[in-house]
Amino acid sequence: MDELNNLMHGFSVAMTLPNLGFMVLGVTLGILIGVLPGLGGANGIAILLPLTFSMDQTSAIIMLSCIYWGALFGGAITSILFNIPGEPWSVATTFDGYPMAQQGRAGAALTAAFTSSFVGAFFAVLLITFLAPLVARFALKFGAAEMFAVQMLTFCSFVGMSKEPPAKTLAVMALGFALAAVGMDTVTGTLRMTYGVTELLKGFDFLIAVIGLFGIGEILLTMEEGLAFKGKSAKIQLDVVLKTWAELLRYWKTSIRSVLVGCWMGVTPGGATPASFMAYGLARRGAKDKDSFGKGNIEGVVAPETAAHAAGTSALLPMLTLGIPGSPTAAVLLGGLLIWGLQPGPLLFTEKPDFVWGLIASMYLGNIVGLIIVLTTVPWWAAILRIPFSVIGPIIIVICAIGAYTVHSSIFDVVMMLVFGVFGYLFKKLRYPLAPLVLALVLGDMAESSFRQSMLLSQGSLDIFWANPLVGGLMTLSFVMLLWPIVPVLKHQLRRRT
Amino acid sequence: MIEFKNWAARALVSAVAAIGLTGAAHAWEPTKPVEFVVPAGTGGGADQMARFIQGIVAKNKLMEQPLVVVNKSGGAGAEGFLEVKGAKGNPHKIIITLSNLFTTPLATGVPFNWRDLTPGAMLALDQFVLWVNADAPYKTAKEYIDDIKAKPASTFKMAGTGSKQEDQIITAMIDKATGKKIIYVPFKGGGDVAVQLVGGHVNSTVNNPIEAEAHWRGGKLRPLCIMDTEKLTYTEKVTETQSWADIPTCKSAGVPIEYLMLRGIFLAPGVTQEQVDFYVNLFKKVRETPEWADFMKKGAFKQTFMSGKEFADWVGKTEAMHYGLMKDAGFLAK
Repeated sequence: MDELNNLMHGFSVAMTLPNLGFMVLGVTLGILIGVLPGLGGANGIAILLPLTFSMDQTSAIIMLSCIYWGALFGGAITSILFNIPGEPWSVATTFDGYPMAQQGRAGAALTAAFTSSFVGAFFAVLLITFLAPLVARFALKFGAAEMFAVQMLTFCSFVGMSKEPPAKTLAVMALGFALAAVGMDTVTGTLRMTYGVTELLKGFDFLIAVIGLFGIGEILLTMEEGLAFKGKSAKIQLDVVLKTWAELLRYWKTSIRSVLVGCWMGVTPGGATPASFMAYGLARRGAKDKDSFGKGNIEGVVAPETAAHAAGTSALLPMLTLGIPGSPTAAVLLGGLLIWGLQPGPLLFTEKPDFVWGLIASMYLGNIVGLIIVLTTVPWWAAILRIPFSVIGPIIIVICAIGAYTVHSSIFDVVMMLVFGVFGYLFKKLRYPLAPLVLALVLGDMAESSFRQSMLLSQGSLDIFWANPLVGGLMTLSFVMLLWPIVPVLKHQLRRRT
Repeated sequence: MIEFKNWAARALVSAVAAIGLTGAAHAWEPTKPVEFVVPAGTGGGADQMARFIQGIVAKNKLMEQPLVVVNKSGGAGAEGFLEVKGAKGNPHKIIITLSNLFTTPLATGVPFNWRDLTPGAMLALDQFVLWVNADAPYKTAKEYIDDIKAKPASTFKMAGTGSKQEDQIITAMIDKATGKKIIYVPFKGGGDVAVQLVGGHVNSTVNNPIEAEAHWRGGKLRPLCIMDTEKLTYTEKVTETQSWADIPTCKSAGVPIEYLMLRGIFLAPGVTQEQVDFYVNLFKKVRETPEWADFMKKGAFKQTFMSGKEFADWVGKTEAMHYGLMKDAGFLAK
């Protein structure tokens, strides 16, 4: 058991007093970064990166990766309390987390989110510890066609999710794809739908749309409905954590499934956001009581949070072993590694064992530290809902505006956020679902470029999607997912006839 | 006497202060944080260099005010260039450039040209190397090129960063040299591109040294030739047997391709000569640090430094070269 020895060595590196201090500092900073929508982990780490150049390499990476864990934890807080996803991968958490908060179960939702995050991350770290070389080789199998197959699977696992008429779902999805297409087309290198407007060059950022559609849209609704939070009645319960834990044990199946989805998406590198959507879709598929999803089902919080954290953590694996970042934050960390003179790649594990195993050990410790910090603060976060809306409402709008601005440091984005907010309000009033729009916006761009890369590679032949068992299996699975909702209908029809 | 001493000391202090003040009035210095625009996404080559410079400046206290890196990658960097173009006379905004300084306006027709900015300094030039998978049968560039020539067109696949940018321009040059079309598949970043080659999804890449170094060292990729007039000078072994200096030039292998990418600094239009001088001096100081030397070695950069008219002339010449190459390849905006 070389890995265990190495890991023990890693713990001895990470367990020094200053390093533990950096961990607490990193996690706390990360939670704040995660809470502010828009100021994502990637931005936060990019801002803090230069400060760490004068630090010891191992301490620096420990602090930065703890910011990353903190941001993963923190993203759930605003999603649950205010329907504002602090991070893109928290969007799926709002579907059930926010209804829970409205029912006065904010504490339970937060506990579920934090605990699931921890579970997801913990299993992903185990994967990194023991299977790193094996998994790294698996990631290499992913070419353009395989990437498209994974994105296709994410879309298909979401089919049949919406309770609204299919025409409405299709309409908002089409809008999402159209918005995703604005800006530079990476395959032909030409501009699309920018109409000579400088501000449109960068396209519509997913985060700005989400902050507007969900955050501002929700505030507008609340204003209309009498300027009060529905979750106001929530009492501060200090034992909420223990009670929720007892409940969570029942959802072990969902947790395991979400861990698998998350690890796989993190390694391949599909990313935490698609992973959270896919896990949510699968959880709903697997549940007996499908209709309770979207109305405050705790499983709807467990699934996306577990998967997002598992993916976010395992995304570091391809970065360390191959030098490909599995997420934007991993990309910034990669830059940091290079500056410290560490070249990520197959040899990093043998050339710099202190550093690598120190980092892996800090993943275990950082997540435990993070969990303790966030769980002890659950009652206080939940108590925010007791503040009168007239006080907290304007604060939320200001935070949203700051968040939208920090994405690209552009005032135009703040205006766009408000426009999206009005649309979010209108869509909710007209009962158009927002989730498919967000899914199309976040995955549309990636799916389009993987599809066109595949078409270039195969010179226009669709055979490439069944060229090997991996991509063929993924594609077949997607079609099974796509047709699954029809099966009960068909069965019903057959039974009627006989 | 004590009083006199006191008085003398005071006079001396104020005299020194006065000299200090007049000295400060002569040399311009930033009076607020300087925005360092990167016209590319986080994690790429330009971004890494900018953040590295930010780190050196902060660590060695080369500047009173902080340097803040801002990514403006929209429209293949057009967003960043247009922003600096619009900041007329603002000395607190500088931009790091890559080849998209030329390729983006030419390929997209975005109203921008490097003459809209004030040239600062060239920091280094980035090399391009032709890479194949280590399992491929080609040991030399000639073998690979000969095989391209021997097989039907569109047999070989090249992965590269972005579209109608440096990697695709080089691919077009290889097309021209071999007379056979190579399929070019664009990806988002250089790291992705290298991994596509390691995974065997394409036949070759023209990655910058820093993007593929780890895979070369790990025995996954093989460099065939370097697209410069002369070999690199870094003789420290990267693998057991080879160093950067051992890679032959493409010209010597019978593929007459030369291409280097600018890593330079530009300022907003309408800034004073004094302000330009401040930044040129700042980057000279950055280049003198041992960290910079390490970074150059790691990425096998060509360490050419230019500023002033020499730099502007070089940029003008390089722009003309890009116009010609892109016109040949049919990449110009219609």
